Amino acid sequence: MARRVAAFVATLVFLSALVFVVVRVLPGDPAALILGVESNPETVARLRQALGLDRPLAVQYVDWLARAARGDLGTSIQYDVPVGRLILSRLPVTLPLALMAAAIMIAVALPLGVYAATRHRRAGDYAAMLVSQLGIAVPAFWSGLLLILLFSVRLGWFRSGGFDGWSAGVVAGVKALLLPAIALGAFQAAVLVRATRSAVLDVLREDYVRTARAKGVAEGRVVARHALRNAMIPIVTVMGIQLGQLIAGAIVLESVFALPGLGRLALVAIGARDLPVVQGVTLFVAASIVFINFAVDLAYAALDPRIRYE
Amino acid sequence: MSRRRHLTFVLGAVISLALAATAALSLVYTPRDPLAMAGAARLQGPSRAYPFGTDQYGRDVLSRVMAGAPTSIAVGVIAVGIGALVGIVLGLASGWVGGWLDEGAMRLVDAVQGFPAILSALLFTAVFAPGIGISMVAIGIAFVPVFARLTRGAVLELRDREFVVAARALGARDLRLVLRHILPNTMAPLIVQATTSFPVAILAEAALAYLGLGTQPPHPSWGLMLKEAQNFLGMNPWFAVFPGGAIAVAVLGLNLLGDGLRDLLDPKVA
Repeated sequence: MARRVAAFVATLVFLSALVFVVVRVLPGDPAALILGVESNPETVARLRQALGLDRPLAVQYVDWLARAARGDLGTSIQYDVPVGRLILSRLPVTLPLALMAAAIMIAVALPLGVYAATRHRRAGDYAAMLVSQLGIAVPAFWSGLLLILLFSVRLGWFRSGGFDGWSAGVVAGVKALLLPAIALGAFQAAVLVRATRSAVLDVLREDYVRTARAKGVAEGRVVARHALRNAMIPIVTVMGIQLGQLIAGAIVLESVFALPGLGRLALVAIGARDLPVVQGVTLFVAASIVFINFAVDLAYAALDPRIRYE
Repeated sequence: MSRRRHLTFVLGAVISLALAATAALSLVYTPRDPLAMAGAARLQGPSRAYPFGTDQYGRDVLSRVMAGAPTSIAVGVIAVGIGALVGIVLGLASGWVGGWLDEGAMRLVDAVQGFPAILSALLFTAVFAPGIGISMVAIGIAFVPVFARLTRGAVLELRDREFVVAARALGARDLRLVLRHILPNTMAPLIVQATTSFPVAILAEAALAYLGLGTQPPHPSWGLMLKEAQNFLGMNPWFAVFPGGAIAVAVLGLNLLGDGLRDLLDPKVA
């Protein structure tokens, strides 16, 4: 367990170093970058000093990392407020969107995958695989556009985008996030369907499943108790990877549906040369994805008593 | 290979060939100039003159969809190439050398896993000028972990096999052992991975272009066309249908091809 945690911390250090290298080292002079090409040298020098860019890189990195670890991600140039606070203010959009999409993904993928496995090489299996092939091929932002086309432009049931905040009511909030969550979750479900199907198929070939059937255990119980439970490890692995993809996908869907989440925050910041915000969002999202992977690793032990991290 | 598998492979191959042919054709011929504007023919639906309709400048959507194909393919090929090259080198080094190098390389790979293409592209675009190169690099980086892990796993499996031990006993040096004896034996799963990564890269390119982080106008890109189409959903919904359909058909075909290839090259996976 201590080894796992140490590996996780090491990963975070690498991750932060990657961001630091891209933002502070590769471009040469971040101060000139923030101020633009036409800035005069004096202003650049003043900003360099204010940002501490005149110190050695290693010192800058350690200082930056120590601040980031305390939640201090710098100050937004555009809004003049702490980047951490900006990120927190946008989380109530991105997080529920990703969670709703995850719920939809799991609700669609697990039953469909199990169904396909139990109908192996029969019509139901082929139909489920066809649906999942189509789902994988359709980009989430395009299915988002098509949902807007159908449900807001044609039918007028939903707005084509925007989010008034949770203070406007939970129902209104969920309604604003529903179409993007469907576009995102249904698309990602396609991958999970295939993973679920093949994991369950593998287990269904096991001897203990044959034994259970021979004992006269009802097929539904065989699948639910014997097959699905033992198939969970590969399924959870794929789920973990998909969760990371969902967060990345949420960034795209926020643009399709004009939602004020983390992705919009970063995109607008790029236009405004607000480097600390882009850097903060990237660091935050990347760290979240790495954390999810770490949590998935730990989940194995809970799912399979044979796996123990000592 | 069962008949159904055979069918998916053939279908995938046909669609993929059609995609490649369209891309090649678009370099020498499109029905109209993809950049030529026609003020009188803005945002039209499909017609005989414009089979896919026109965009907000009266440009021919069919010609632009065709011209977008080489962009997708180029980004896909280069991104997968970057991911494969970096990943394979990392995987070979960490699997072969082992020890602290292995440990460090794997933690680096874990860290890179935290950067989906969109995230790297956001960061790069904030620092450098946006453009197609950012798409290639950002998508390529996202592929590094899978290639690195796959290669490392294969190296660990092969490292102590008889033919490697024999070659070493004959005096082969590390570099020769890795390049001549280990690498060729890891190729099958790596080729399969490259084929399955390619459609993923095409999807990512479209998403980045849609966000304005990748391919820039007036260069035709399917993702960029969808970004423009979104502003005119009410006036010409077809404008949003065809570029997206092109992405979906291309990705579907390449996925089917990849599945078929996996069955051919890697019979262990049923």
